[in-house]
Amino acid sequence: MDSVTKIVRWIDYRLPIFSFMDHALREYPTPRNLNYWWNFGSLAGITLVLMILSGIFLAMHYDPNTHEAFNSVEYIMRNVNFGWFMRYMHANGATMFFIVVYIHMFRGLYYGSYKSPREVLWILGVIILLLMMATAFMGYVLPWGQMSYWGATVITNLFSVFPFGEGIVEWLWGGFSVDAPTLNRFFVLHYLLPFLIIGVVILHLVALHQHGSNNPLGIERKEPRDSIPFHPYYTVKDLFGLGVFSLVWAYFIFFNPDFFGEPDNYIPANPLVTPPHIVPEWYFLPFYAILRSIPNKLFGVIAMFSAVMILFFVPWLDRSKVRSAAFRPIYKWVFWGFVVDCFILGFVGAHSPDDVYANLGGLSNQFLGQVTTLIYFAFFLLALPLLGLYEKTRPLPTSLSTPVLQNMNKTPAMILFLLFSVGQLTSLNASDTPPLPHQEWSFLGPTGTFDRTDLQHGFQIYKQVCATCHGLEHVRFRDLAALGYNAEEIKAIAAEHRVEALNDTGDIIERPCLPTDKFPNPYKNEQAGRAANNGAMPPDLSLMVKARAGGANYIDALLTGYEATPPKDIELAEGMYYNLYFPGNQIAMPPPLTEGLVTYDDGSKPSINQMAHDVVTFLAWTAEPELEARKRLGYKVLIYFIVFTGLMYFLMKRIWARVE
Amino acid sequence: MTNQSIDYSPPPQKEPTRRDFLLLTTGALGAAGAACFAWPFIDSMNPAADVLAQSSIDVDLSPIPAGQAITVVWRGKPIFVRHRTPEEIKAAEQAPLNELIDPETDQARVQKGHDQWLIVVGICTHLGCIPTGNKPTQNRGKYGGWACPCHGSLYDTSGRVRRGPAPLNLAIPPYAFVKPTLIRIGTKEVAHG
Repeated sequence: MDSVTKIVRWIDYRLPIFSFMDHALREYPTPRNLNYWWNFGSLAGITLVLMILSGIFLAMHYDPNTHEAFNSVEYIMRNVNFGWFMRYMHANGATMFFIVVYIHMFRGLYYGSYKSPREVLWILGVIILLLMMATAFMGYVLPWGQMSYWGATVITNLFSVFPFGEGIVEWLWGGFSVDAPTLNRFFVLHYLLPFLIIGVVILHLVALHQHGSNNPLGIERKEPRDSIPFHPYYTVKDLFGLGVFSLVWAYFIFFNPDFFGEPDNYIPANPLVTPPHIVPEWYFLPFYAILRSIPNKLFGVIAMFSAVMILFFVPWLDRSKVRSAAFRPIYKWVFWGFVVDCFILGFVGAHSPDDVYANLGGLSNQFLGQVTTLIYFAFFLLALPLLGLYEKTRPLPTSLSTPVLQNMNKTPAMILFLLFSVGQLTSLNASDTPPLPHQEWSFLGPTGTFDRTDLQHGFQIYKQVCATCHGLEHVRFRDLAALGYNAEEIKAIAAEHRVEALNDTGDIIERPCLPTDKFPNPYKNEQAGRAANNGAMPPDLSLMVKARAGGANYIDALLTGYEATPPKDIELAEGMYYNLYFPGNQIAMPPPLTEGLVTYDDGSKPSINQMAHDVVTFLAWTAEPELEARKRLGYKVLIYFIVFTGLMYFLMKRIWARVE
Repeated sequence: MTNQSIDYSPPPQKEPTRRDFLLLTTGALGAAGAACFAWPFIDSMNPAADVLAQSSIDVDLSPIPAGQAITVVWRGKPIFVRHRTPEEIKAAEQAPLNELIDPETDQARVQKGHDQWLIVVGICTHLGCIPTGNKPTQNRGKYGGWACPCHGSLYDTSGRVRRGPAPLNLAIPPYAFVKPTLIRIGTKEVAHG
């Protein structure tokens, strides 16, 4: 016995931590027939850990203060080492977490994993879901963009339907609107709740290990050969699953980081303007659709809360003695119908209630939402109890090791059917702007990089044209190194600008900017900006390309979409200009680009289209200065996980050969 | 038949070896991945790009009379800029090296031709307190430099430690004379992090 073993034994005799781990992660007897749907439990646990890890490191730089929250997030993105990686990992991690947990729950519903003796296991899972929802909601408030602010306002206002509702809402806010106290407490709670989740996850695992995992056949294990030790069979299978999952997560982090985000959240919170289309994050959309489909505030809120709370009662609503849907010919289809229903509810939630579906005979989104809400509740309140009484189930096999059925696996077909049904929905929403023309951009696509000439030309246009009215407050002069300027050139560019500073006697003086300074704002403050521009504040351009739906194409279309004479039926307000692509078609900004406005270094005079193209490329860079580094790192990470997943696959096949 | 049955049962030696290799490879790959994954989080706690970029400040020496000193802040640290009198320079140069805790000549601590200017990081090398003596009204200790109020370390007019517990002389920051009356502290250029 070597000394390490001795020490382990000594500790274990006093604190049985090693035998506990040995039991829980190594010898733990597991059904031999678990399929890949059982991977999502461990994935959820790993995601939770990774979310807490990235969250803790983000919290080291984040500032929960209404003046600085938005800026501190941009500071993380631009200045903190690997800050963009941590933030995109965390933001997309929320999406990954909900995908994994929803699949995990659907799996439980399909295989009847909540049935006796696993009712408490299921209830603990629903508690985890509730905590996750609260955590995700408060986390989304922290960047303090427009969606954060208005999401917080709308969700907290849900509580106003309860008795003493006004008081409850003001108590939640710590004021008379969502403001500094709200942000600060949401930050604290967003940090706290994940640790409560860990606590409930531990209880979830204790409850799981009491009776062991359910399995695809839904029958209890009877003989020793029905079980195999968790390690190495399921550790290697879970690691293989982790590899595949990491590939998906890494794709979004490195190549499509804002896919699940809303452009409006790159606009700083403004308590006086609600964005035209406010939608929650996708994982709340089905519940949001249920809320909206009922045209009564109180009953809408009750329905929405019930939609989650009803999950607590599933173990008793389902009267069937048979667990697995594999032996329930009707429930199997009812289940997939329910999944499709949830997808349609999500789709309904993402669109305006006024939208109509041409291919569904002019069905309104509102009506579709009401039907799918009804189906949602009918699944729990009618299908689950009645099927238990009237469904004729198929005979169960006698043991896991001698399964009687060799039926075709219909799952892939079901998933295709599901995606097809949802894909059939196309909504028509009335829009006052034509579709955006698509441009070629050097920075798009998985290998795209910024064209350095376009960048420098675009910067010249910003400097000579845009900068008179629009700031660039998140960009520092030294950042221009990415455009290909050297230190001396940057010093000279910075020195062309002036910034206010205090001198030794306390007077405000102007000094030339240094490379470390940010681009100074063209106006001293917002009031000055509004006064100089007919009441409309020219927005900061740092994040403009990320902050508008349509991105680069939209900004380009806007810059070139002016028409000198508006259509006859349009009455232009005073000081407004007609623009084809601006929402409402009336814009306060005069046409910024004219022929021959600037001359490039090579002596050429660019066309309006060329100028627009160059300045949009520059603004795409100011919005995502990390883009090139992000994609470069992304390739390394993808290659790593492809190798990792491949190796795990072979290892898994080799290890599992013994069982099969 | 006999031959066939031998073919079916794998040799007991070979099989584990091949899997061991696969296990080792996978383990090594996993360990390397975990280490690479940890790095962004560790590195995120290092000074951010804008902090690194704040690397140099200019200090005008002309308003500092002989015998006095000023404190400027560089990278969040106090820098003592002291205009030494001829007596103080002489005392610093004549101190016998073998009596010093951290032997160093005065010439090594100032720039050639600028003997009157002593520029040191104003942080005691014992445990990080700021010594007194930068203002003429403060205690400078018996060696005429600085005196640390925390644990009594004394520094001379060259910023060298003369009485412990501090183990080292006050540090010299990187600096250069732009003009005879202008220095730039921190010369490292960081254009972009």
